Amino acid sequence: MELVVKWLPYILAGISVGGQFALIAIGYTMVYGILRLINFAHGDMFMIAGLIMVYMATALPLWMSVILVLIITVVLGCTIERVAYRPLRQAPRMSIMISAIGVSYFLQNMALYVTGGLTRTYPTIEWLQKNITIMGASTKMVTLITPVLTIVLVIALVLLIKRTKIGMAMRAVSRDFETSALMGIDINKVITVTFIIGSFLAAVGSILYFSNYTGIMPTSGSMPGLKAFVAAVFGGIGSIPGAVVGAFVIGICENIIKGLGLTTFSDAFTFVLLIVILMVKPTGLFGEKNIDKV
Amino acid sequence: MTERINGSSNKRNMVLSFIALAALLVLVYVLDIVIKPTSSWNNLMTCLEKGTIYALVAVSMNLLNGFTGLFSLGQAGFMLIGAYAYAVFAIAPEDRTTVYQYYEGGGLIHFSLPHMLQDMMGGADAFGGAIGYYLGIILLMIFAGLLTAGIAFLIGIPVLRLKSDYLAIATLGFAEIIRSFFQWEGLGPVTNGSNVLRKFASYDSSIFPVLVAGVCIAFIVMLINSSYGRAFKSIRDDEIAAEAMGVNLFKHKELSFVISSFFAGVGGALLAMFQNNINASPFTSNMTYEILLIVVIGGIGSVTGSIIGSYLFIACSEWWLRGLDKGEFLGIEADFMTPGFRKVVFAVVIMGIVLFYSRGIMGTKEFSWDGLFNFFRTLPARIAGIPGKIKAKFSAKKHKKNTKKVKEAQ
Amino acid sequence: MKKKVALLLALVMIFSVFAAGCGDSSEEGGDYAGTVKIGVFEPASGDNGAGGKQETLGIQYANSVTPEVEIGGELYKVELEIVDNESDNAKGVTAASNLISSGVSVVLGSYGSAVSIAAGEVFKEAGVPAIGVTCTNPQVTAGNDVYFRICFLDPFQGTVLANYAWENGATKAYCLSKLGDDYSVGLVNYFVQAFKALGGEVVEEQFPNQNADFTSYVANAKAKGCDVFFAPVSTEAAALIIDQAAAQNLGMPMLAGDTWDSNVITGAAQGKDVEVVVTTFYQEGGNPEFDNGIKAWMEADSKMLENNGGNTDLAAVTAMGYDAYYVALEAIKAAGSTDVADVLAVLPDVTYEGVCGQVVFGENGDAVRDTAYVKKCNTETGAWEFVAAQSIK
Repeated sequence: MELVVKWLPYILAGISVGGQFALIAIGYTMVYGILRLINFAHGDMFMIAGLIMVYMATALPLWMSVILVLIITVVLGCTIERVAYRPLRQAPRMSIMISAIGVSYFLQNMALYVTGGLTRTYPTIEWLQKNITIMGASTKMVTLITPVLTIVLVIALVLLIKRTKIGMAMRAVSRDFETSALMGIDINKVITVTFIIGSFLAAVGSILYFSNYTGIMPTSGSMPGLKAFVAAVFGGIGSIPGAVVGAFVIGICENIIKGLGLTTFSDAFTFVLLIVILMVKPTGLFGEKNIDKV
Repeated sequence: MTERINGSSNKRNMVLSFIALAALLVLVYVLDIVIKPTSSWNNLMTCLEKGTIYALVAVSMNLLNGFTGLFSLGQAGFMLIGAYAYAVFAIAPEDRTTVYQYYEGGGLIHFSLPHMLQDMMGGADAFGGAIGYYLGIILLMIFAGLLTAGIAFLIGIPVLRLKSDYLAIATLGFAEIIRSFFQWEGLGPVTNGSNVLRKFASYDSSIFPVLVAGVCIAFIVMLINSSYGRAFKSIRDDEIAAEAMGVNLFKHKELSFVISSFFAGVGGALLAMFQNNINASPFTSNMTYEILLIVVIGGIGSVTGSIIGSYLFIACSEWWLRGLDKGEFLGIEADFMTPGFRKVVFAVVIMGIVLFYSRGIMGTKEFSWDGLFNFFRTLPARIAGIPGKIKAKFSAKKHKKNTKKVKEAQ
Repeated sequence: MKKKVALLLALVMIFSVFAAGCGDSSEEGGDYAGTVKIGVFEPASGDNGAGGKQETLGIQYANSVTPEVEIGGELYKVELEIVDNESDNAKGVTAASNLISSGVSVVLGSYGSAVSIAAGEVFKEAGVPAIGVTCTNPQVTAGNDVYFRICFLDPFQGTVLANYAWENGATKAYCLSKLGDDYSVGLVNYFVQAFKALGGEVVEEQFPNQNADFTSYVANAKAKGCDVFFAPVSTEAAALIIDQAAAQNLGMPMLAGDTWDSNVITGAAQGKDVEVVVTTFYQEGGNPEFDNGIKAWMEADSKMLENNGGNTDLAAVTAMGYDAYYVALEAIKAAGSTDVADVLAVLPDVTYEGVCGQVVFGENGDAVRDTAYVKKCNTETGAWEFVAAQSIK
């Protein structure tokens, strides 16, 4: 019991942050599954979603800004795909990855310019930021909401992929790009839907994350982005449940490491985990084996 | 074609290259003397030095990404190792207590190679002392390179078995781990923890980084033109075919990785000297991305391109575009030019290059004297031909439009 | 390829034409005998962006009040040359040389000791005098003949803070600093020395760059049974720490140095159940004339108001920036010339009575300061309340 009381704050923080990483990681894993592209700009999209919220909330009521944030982020995600990734569909993998890095560089610099380099404070969503007490550990409401919401969204997403026609198309495209095109699947449509889902979840993740950690800097997206990507690799890239499990593992472990007093290495741990998993089981926990064809 | 292989032309090119390089060095030497730090032209020297250092690092990254086809994102981490390996052993003993202010007795290490050799060879005022000083710097830089290469060798063993994007993310991860390792308090007596290392030996003349980077780049070019270079390129073009032809994949990948890291380490040491201070926090993935963008701007697979790209990148970001931040650029004054606008413009230009000009400035081509002469010889003819070309393009577009219309009509 | 080379050449030519054009744009204005440039080396972005902007505000206000200086019987116009050092040691170095090459007579800054330490060598090499405004780490001026400073030092500030904590009944302190940040690491170091000397216990931890999740640090402080939370970090991180400390019911006072004296902190703490105490250089109300003047000036210009964080609450760094500008003017007047070497030669003997007290340069070029103001945040009104003026006995 004493142990529980001691570690509860860390585990709560870990679950909350893990849920937020999970929502970002899904975007990575889905895009990678279909395009074989590490969307380096995804973490920055998440940051931009936060900034949009900051500027919306100064002029509009909160509920309206939340809806608008979701819509604008989705539009932005699709625009990025249209402008920066679609023209390079036939190009080598390296060029499209460089394009992603370029987009990330652009988004960060744009944010730097708009915010003037200052940290912006996220608007208060009373209901999410309310203090609650669980077994003596005081925390914010968002800590509890995050894992629940994450799991609900993931179940909905899995159903979408397993049960609907577009979901079937997505699975087909991720299995074999060219054959599914031959079968009459509109590849561009599938990719757009992927980006819509990814951006939507990133926007939800950003609302939860920044309600918890209320400052937004132009670089705020890069670390969560990298960690979410590691989570996606850990769980097996292309696998949605894998990404979620990976994100929770990383979130909880990181906080426990901080609790042990090894704070300097909390970030490094994530990358050690990445390298270990790449060495031992490159396909991740739930990933399928890829065979190289000549 | 036969003319190019022709011996006399080859000899002429060698002589020309030699003269050009000598002229360049003399120019740098003269500029270094003429331009005072308080002169408005000092920006030129800053860009020259920093651009040269970045050119070396970009070429070393290009060796890996452009010539061997290994998409590695660990460059910043390797530069960090080089910078620290150099700086830790080049701080004069009498300055150590101030630099390592939070550690008892000025840290663990109590000597400085350049200062030691300087004393051994006649002291600070003697000519021999100066030689000893620079000898120490050069030896330490080689040490920095070797240490980086050694660590890269160890990292390479597991990492190089991974494929393209997994390799990218694994090297990125290692760079982050290296960074937190160097910031760790436990290593504090050596690395000064997370605090700045400074007051270490540094060069006095801008000619030094230019010379060092020049020698290093020349070595890389020679390597690329050797049989190893051909093996690297074959791996880039088709791994499986290369393996079938008898190229030992792992050995060659490891070789390219280690050599690239060696020069990244040397570049890191030069950067430390240029900045006169070093600490781990700026060596983030963003730094790697910047170097990668330089390589892309110059052309992936072109050494000349990386060098040109580096000077352009540094000059734009440190000098030419600074006016965009201050609200006055090209004589235009505007309210929206507030701090950060420079970077937005810069990012837009880079995105433009990545999307519409993905081959970069040089593509995979290299500078050659024949190409240069050819360029000037055919210049008048081509200028005369431009109107015709535009016309041709225009009519081609029209034609395309027309066919589209016809198709739609059908 | 040739097309590309041509394009490249054209680009280089265009750029060099206007680069050269930018160089000599300093036209001499109406009645002045010439212009004298004062460099402002401050962060406008990055971790210390908010603080840097507030410090720059003080300098800009001073410049608007006194835009001219008399040198050798002739009136000169004073121009500010502002660069953004991006709170980054690497970028700061090139920003500094950019500043030097624009022909400044003296440099003011920077907020954040780390960048000042890094750029110190550049100023030293060029022989350009620099006046540190609020960089409190001893290393800024130690061993650097061209760097001067008008604020107090961390060994002093750390001791004051440790004394305050001890006198208020704290026996075990939790100290948090940021990896790679000389300012917070240094101040924590001096605090720990002083606090241990008093007989206290400390727990030290560091967080990495770009960290946003401070819940575990707060939990650590509680779990280890500390009774004061000392975190002299940048305001960006501080706002997050305060927010998460309130969410987790920290239950101990939070203590910090001069950086926390900012409306970013009061904004973050307002309406929350936290106790925030800081030491600083200036107490609002210390000089009503200055207070009212700068407030009116900020209200007249929405851009300046935004740079101050949207309201007119004064930060001590703004007052310090104001003083620093006049110290620089005094030096230029005394030197009777705009030449850096002349200004450098007279700087050690310059004295000035500013709004934050008297500036007299002593050992190492550091101003002799023996008082720090202790302030506490009133979480209901979101304003600072004066607690005490502390000196070391």
